[in-house]
Amino acid sequence: MTDAPRSAPPEEPRPSGVTHQLPPGVIVNGLRAAYGRIEVLHGVDLEVPPGSVFCLLGPNGAGKSTLLKAMSGRLRPTAGSVLVGGGPIGRTSTEKLARAGMCAIPEGRGVFPNLTVRENLSIWTYRGGTSLKEVEERTYAAFPRLRERRSQLAGTLSGGEQQMLAISRALVTMPRLLLLDELSMGLAPLIVDQLYDLVGTLASDGMTVLLVEQFVTTALDVASHAAIMVHGRIDRVGTPRQMADAAFGAYLS
Amino acid sequence: MSNFLQYTVFGIMLGAGYAIAATGLVVTYTTSGVFNFAQGAVGMIAAFCYWELVVASGLPVLAALAVILLVGAPLSGLVVERVLMRRLHGSTAERPVMVTLGLTVILTGLATIVWSPSTQRTVESMVSGQFGLFGINIQYQEVLLIGVAAVVAVALRILFHSTRLGHGLRAVTDDPQLLAMAGASPNRMSQYGWMLGLALAALSGVLLAPTQATGISIEAVTLLVVNGYAAAIVGRLRNIPVTFAAAIGIGLAENYVINYLLPHLPQNLQPDITVALPMVFLFIALVTVPSVRLRAVGRLTTARAPRVIGGRESLVAGVAFFAVAAVLGAAFNNTPFDGTTILSLGGVVMSLGIVALSLVLVIGYSGQITLCQFAFMGIGAFVMGKTAGGGSLLGLLAATVLCAVVGGLIALPTIRLRDLYLALATFAFADAVATGFFPDSHVYGSGGVSIGRIVLPGISFGGDASEFLMVTFFFVLSAWLVLAIRRSYFGRRLVALNDSPAAFATVGLNIGATKVVVFAVGAAMAGLAGALYGTVQGVVGTTDFDFFSGLMFVLFVTIWSVRTVTGAFLAALTYVVLNQVSPNWVGLFAGVGIILIGRAANGILGIEVLRVPLPWTKATSETMSGEPASLLGVGTGGESRAAG
Repeated sequence: MTDAPRSAPPEEPRPSGVTHQLPPGVIVNGLRAAYGRIEVLHGVDLEVPPGSVFCLLGPNGAGKSTLLKAMSGRLRPTAGSVLVGGGPIGRTSTEKLARAGMCAIPEGRGVFPNLTVRENLSIWTYRGGTSLKEVEERTYAAFPRLRERRSQLAGTLSGGEQQMLAISRALVTMPRLLLLDELSMGLAPLIVDQLYDLVGTLASDGMTVLLVEQFVTTALDVASHAAIMVHGRIDRVGTPRQMADAAFGAYLS
Repeated sequence: MSNFLQYTVFGIMLGAGYAIAATGLVVTYTTSGVFNFAQGAVGMIAAFCYWELVVASGLPVLAALAVILLVGAPLSGLVVERVLMRRLHGSTAERPVMVTLGLTVILTGLATIVWSPSTQRTVESMVSGQFGLFGINIQYQEVLLIGVAAVVAVALRILFHSTRLGHGLRAVTDDPQLLAMAGASPNRMSQYGWMLGLALAALSGVLLAPTQATGISIEAVTLLVVNGYAAAIVGRLRNIPVTFAAAIGIGLAENYVINYLLPHLPQNLQPDITVALPMVFLFIALVTVPSVRLRAVGRLTTARAPRVIGGRESLVAGVAFFAVAAVLGAAFNNTPFDGTTILSLGGVVMSLGIVALSLVLVIGYSGQITLCQFAFMGIGAFVMGKTAGGGSLLGLLAATVLCAVVGGLIALPTIRLRDLYLALATFAFADAVATGFFPDSHVYGSGGVSIGRIVLPGISFGGDASEFLMVTFFFVLSAWLVLAIRRSYFGRRLVALNDSPAAFATVGLNIGATKVVVFAVGAAMAGLAGALYGTVQGVVGTTDFDFFSGLMFVLFVTIWSVRTVTGAFLAALTYVVLNQVSPNWVGLFAGVGIILIGRAANGILGIEVLRVPLPWTKATSETMSGEPASLLGVGTGGESRAAG
């Protein structure tokens, strides 16, 4: 494991325009979303400042993953709006949002299990702007273990390796907004630390990050802002420290 | 020895043709999750288009191939995906089966209209000549087919493993949403899958057409491509190399059976076995190859099941129905109509109504997709005709019991199959019976079997009206039976089995026994219906229990509503009426209807605006029935909220 993932040294060329723009802020207004007849989000209001690392905590079933789904176009909200960089995402499709610079990494393993590691990386190039060669170079530099496993089916990798492969999408596609759903799920604490270190580095390179966790974890160490979500609403917002203290009380309510 | 080599080369060639069709199926299935029952029909249309362009219009072979394979087939794939398939995402498992069957019905119907079956159409080999090798003659056409198949195999291998498009096509199987999050459109991938799949179907149709020495026929070419279904099943719907090998094996097996085994069998059986062979292979493949976990793992219960009619209510409705039938019977007694009589047509409606009720039980309540009820019907009518002089209650009983036994036997090997696989197995059984068994001279042959009218001491069923009322009586009885089953403990088991087989097994219920019983009851009802149908018609033959008619009838029931008695009756009624107007209308209604009704699980009767409360419906039942199902499967949004 390299201690400093070479995601984006300043001298490295970036997709045009990105370096000079501030990463986008996200504003969520009165967002409601439902699965069939069952409403899960009962009016979520949230403001993620540009360039921040925003950690959203909440117990099982609070609606965190649903919020990320609605923000990435995977679930059509029934009311309310999501503004990214000042513009509403409206009914924009998931793939268009992805190509516009939003990188959503879903809960569980964000990889294609029946494709090899290398073939997974080739899918990352659909976003545009990079070649498979570049993608491979950057990924293997950050995660040398994946180089050894490049011809192996992603489904046969260990949980940690799969999560590395999943997060490599954020590393190589240079998104401006990263949505991370329960990165730590089912992983050893050491690996979680490594992955969050990487998230911190990505954020300092100019990326807005919204990450979701169920428990108070190392995520709060890299976070600049935090909030607690309970029962489909944002319960409270504050500094990571405050939220860490408030979390246990909020979960029990 | 040289004969053996000759058969082997020909067998490999056939297998190569099947392989192309089978890989097309696999490509479509992996990229869109839909098993395309219309693959055979698409191949057939391509073969006829090729004949039209090359033989009838004199276009150069290469130009014709370009038009069919590079323009026609991909364009059709594009349209089919966009218009028909995309709406089916997240629907119940029977929907894609029904919609692609509808497509088959439309395509064969159109082909019958455009290319009249009475004309002989021979397609010549694209390359002529032959050469000698190891003492046998090898046709260049054989070399061409095998060569094309090899090129297709290699090209697909390269596409799927060495190009980004191929990776995308495979990724969409794993996780379409993740593909979208990576910036590629899953719908676009499915579209490419359909374009490629239909192009391969067309290619196999065009290449196999010259093997039909006596000219191409709509049914024969369609079924030729069906050989690919078995190969695709052996390849577990995803493994292209295994699919290829299986297709070659099937081609060889078929050719060996025809050349070595058939000459030792009785003369009259030979053509039957030849025709039924593809379906036999498909059936064997289904019951022997471990089935793959299907893609649609969870099932969205977007549409609620219609309200279950209570016992008293069904009693009243049944008596009222019979009273209306009695009045109609008195009014139209012995009224001739269009070569038959009104009440004889009415009797046909009632007997088909019983078949439809069996579909309500098997598909609607238990979620087991069956396509072979017409085969049971034909068996029932045959048993009726052969028992005790062909016109006794004993015949009815024999037909019912024998079909129950056959139904149970069919269910036994297919116990572990569900959804698509069960549909394919019953599809194979239905076709094997309709094309291999019924036409046999010992069964219906060309003359058919005459069935007398039922005579009971003291009661005469000879009259038009009394016979009609007898069949109506059996229809009402069947409806009561089906509803009573639904209300019973066993009925709740059926619904549970439909909802989640895993949970069903976990709580200690026996999936196998439940399936066998429901299949046997369904088959018994169809057998009874067939026997009654026979007494109404007097003489029945193969055309009465035709394979395609059976498919169309299933579509009719699905269109109206496969979950209600009313739907079953309306399906039978419209089927008979349209058949009387013109058989072409039947196919049109079935095909277009199922496409329009799309994913509405409760059919036309499930559409909200049509759900008018009946006068005798009790007010309290509202809470039981809940809200009417939404067609879109999406909640209406803002109003009904649980407090946080």
